[in-house]
Amino acid sequence: MATIEISGVSKVFKDAKRKADVTALDDINIKVEKNQFLCLLGPSGCGKSTLLNMIAGFEKPSSGTVTVDGQLITAPGSERGVVFQQANLMPWLPVWENVGFHLLLRGGQKAVRRETAQRYIDMVGLTGFENHYPSELSGGMNQRVGIARALLMNPQVILMDEPFGALDEQTRMDMQNELVRIWQEHQGTIVFVTHGIDEALTLGTHVAVMSARPGRIREIIPLDLSRPRDITSPQFNEIKRHVLDLLRSERAKTSLETLDHP
Amino acid sequence: MRQALAMFRRLDRYIVPVLILGGWEVFSRSGALPAALLPAPSTVLWAWADWVFGTDGNTQTYSGNWLFDMLASFSRVLAGFAIATALAVSVGVAIGWSRTVEVIIERTLQTLRPIPPVSWIPLAIIWFGIANKPAIFLVFLGAFFPILLNTIHGVKTCDRNLIRAGAMVGGGNRQLLRFIVLPAALPSIFAGLRIGIGSAWMLTVTAEMVAVKSGLGYVLWDSYYFLRYDLVLAAMASIGLLGFLSDFGIRLVMARVLHWQRNTTIQSGES
Repeated sequence: MATIEISGVSKVFKDAKRKADVTALDDINIKVEKNQFLCLLGPSGCGKSTLLNMIAGFEKPSSGTVTVDGQLITAPGSERGVVFQQANLMPWLPVWENVGFHLLLRGGQKAVRRETAQRYIDMVGLTGFENHYPSELSGGMNQRVGIARALLMNPQVILMDEPFGALDEQTRMDMQNELVRIWQEHQGTIVFVTHGIDEALTLGTHVAVMSARPGRIREIIPLDLSRPRDITSPQFNEIKRHVLDLLRSERAKTSLETLDHP
Repeated sequence: MRQALAMFRRLDRYIVPVLILGGWEVFSRSGALPAALLPAPSTVLWAWADWVFGTDGNTQTYSGNWLFDMLASFSRVLAGFAIATALAVSVGVAIGWSRTVEVIIERTLQTLRPIPPVSWIPLAIIWFGIANKPAIFLVFLGAFFPILLNTIHGVKTCDRNLIRAGAMVGGGNRQLLRFIVLPAALPSIFAGLRIGIGSAWMLTVTAEMVAVKSGLGYVLWDSYYFLRYDLVLAAMASIGLLGFLSDFGIRLVMARVLHWQRNTTIQSGES
């Protein structure tokens, strides 16, 4: 059974001021099976974050439906964990309270919250920083807290919106390895938004390449590469070349359009 | 040299007050003005000491009564300020959070706001008589609006992404309000409380000059009628001292509640 099903989804942003509607997404159809790791890859402005926000329930499609395990998505919910572009932690709560925020809202006992949070803090490698505040940690560490917060809810689906975008190369690679390890241990379905080709090909079981304005799915490519992935291997580069071609023809098309309508 | 510098560091904050008091003492004793018009600090201190401890009875009926006068003013400030805080924070959160509430009451409140609290004195006396109540009412009016505006601002500027994160972990409206919006608004609310406590003291003293027969403001005005300018100055100093202490109290609470802001702002370097 498919975990996430996106069928016929379009999103039109009404721009009342300029009296021009912008079609951000046009007739998107994707099925993400259980335990798949789907990377949404595309240039900025292709609507990939909008699509993710619709699965999260932050935005509603103009037409079409998004379902998770057959349930129509209309609002955010704790069975779908989201890791944001910025960590979005509560600055007034220490790390362990942020990780256990889900339990705090549910009115859980302090000792239970502390103990549960500890498991996930250890999992993302932040042992020893339980009582630090977000302002005392680096960007990468805060992002780990955000991941632990999402994992603690034990969600069926994890949605990640360029979570490593603001990190330096070294930290990003460490975090990618960590994420793959957690996903392999934990299982679950992940949708991961990125504009990095290497990142998408390193992480996913599938890559959905998107085109911009209006946002459409160009192609969904299954990645039959062994892990840990070697970004210098011939197979990797073959797929990368294909993805680059898809993105390049996309670029050529848009620049031609610009020539037609200057 | 280094020792002298360290000494300066410890004494730097006392330099200006000492110079002012010293200059004032010299000027008053020089005879440039009649001594009664500008009593020297030493004279003020003498009157103040008698007012507080009843040392030699030079302040006559006020001798030894300072604690009583101080408590009369302080309790008014406390009562009015507490009511203002409770009401302004709850109304402010409601206005900031709900568009409906904002539309219904914000315009009315903004129209009442420019009316100086002091201009309510006649009505306050008609409604509440001459006692504690009109003073508490005025204190309430003075403290209410700064706290209200800062609370609204704090709620409205709450980061939308934090709300999203809260909804993502399964929070409903009430939980989002309690666990995200309120804590996020606290720094702003505290700024409102500090402005509010200042207005509270201002209005207690004003009310006591006009509508009440006790408290520091009453002593101040009464001494003016009896030409005891030393006591006037002692009352002014008492009010200043208490205003400073109540603000200090709020800052202590603030430092505890907002300890997560440590080392994130310019202010946190302050001792």
